[in-house]
Amino acid sequence: MKRLGKEQYTIMGAGSLFAVLAAILVMLGNPLNMGFCIACFYRDIAGSLGLHSAAVVQYARPEIIGLFLGATAMALFRKEHKSRGGSSPLTRFVISFFVMIGALVFLGCPFRMLLRIGGGDLNAVVALLGFAAGVIAGSLLLNKGFSLGRSYTQGKVEGSLPSIIALALLVVLLFLPALLKFSTAGPGSMHAPILISLAAGAVVGLLAQRTRFCMAGGIRDLFLFRDTTLLLGSVAVIVVALMLTIATGTFKLGFSGQPVAHTDWLWNFLGMGLVGYGSSLLGGCPLRQTILAAEGNTDSAMSVLGMVAGAAFAHNFGLASSGAGATLGGKVAVVLGFALLTLIALLIIRKNNK
Amino acid sequence: MQTIDARGLSCPQPVIETKKVLDKKPDAVTVQVDNISAKENVTRYAKAAGYQVTIEGTEYGWALELSKA
Repeated sequence: MKRLGKEQYTIMGAGSLFAVLAAILVMLGNPLNMGFCIACFYRDIAGSLGLHSAAVVQYARPEIIGLFLGATAMALFRKEHKSRGGSSPLTRFVISFFVMIGALVFLGCPFRMLLRIGGGDLNAVVALLGFAAGVIAGSLLLNKGFSLGRSYTQGKVEGSLPSIIALALLVVLLFLPALLKFSTAGPGSMHAPILISLAAGAVVGLLAQRTRFCMAGGIRDLFLFRDTTLLLGSVAVIVVALMLTIATGTFKLGFSGQPVAHTDWLWNFLGMGLVGYGSSLLGGCPLRQTILAAEGNTDSAMSVLGMVAGAAFAHNFGLASSGAGATLGGKVAVVLGFALLTLIALLIIRKNNK
Repeated sequence: MQTIDARGLSCPQPVIETKKVLDKKPDAVTVQVDNISAKENVTRYAKAAGYQVTIEGTEYGWALELSKA
């Protein structure tokens, strides 16, 4: 094992802090093992904007707004904010759409998967195996020549819009909340106070921008380049989350009776497999896409929109799982997602290798 | 000297392109990158593969000069 350097310690420190913030958010009201869940939070925002009508998952999660504002601030401070775009935006939209479907069949993004493992939820360990398999499958395609093409410099307005939209949502949430829908029961009704959620999101945004934290990237870099730097961040999240759930008495080892989770192992595996596969093709997990969008990358902003649309479809067409398990529609959508992403990848590889 | 144009490519592609070339053990390679994560990731990979990295700022971003350590 290589000696650990500053970069490795920084990302482990960031991952540890993410887990601490997640634990605080749960203590102050967020659903269990859901201090952070990028996919769930976009789904709640989609619901809050009335893009779907699942009454139990509607809330304009301030954590997401905080992520955008924190990452934007850090990128501006470090002079890394750059308007870029034009690398297959619509293809990214479609891939992200299915990443969200996969996440909602599992009930969590890679971030929540780590937190669920830390809470003793063994379904999330099954999902991790699927996620890793998906990332490796995507990495093999990248090695074969898959590419979404180059991005180009864009005008300042284009790259600033993602953060401006986040700011606008914050203004509506704080001053015009009557425009939004809010769950009165279910996971959407469970949340920490707005300003604390916002601040926690901002801290994660600052640090994730600084460290390039990415869960899909961790497994990918290990597989492709034998580099463990990014992976150490994810490991730190699990380890610290585990210590904190034990310390706060919410740790519960097992498959059944886990909070906002189901025990259909095959669909936990495949749902998260689709998330890993798609994230690998996109070049980053939902958290990383969010951070990149905040840095001025409009291709990643298209990914965010794809995830929001995917979340709306997932609930409008009954694709999202519930505690009772995966739905027939969700299973069909996951299989369809694998087929479509593979078709897209093979067509692109064939064209690139001509 | 060989030049890899990784401008506009998002990670991990710049690293994959660099790896393909470094696997042939050249004495020196230049990698052109225009985003910060590509700069960091290519630098990290090249160092791990036993290359010295000199970073030069350019109008499009950075030119990374990799040479056998």
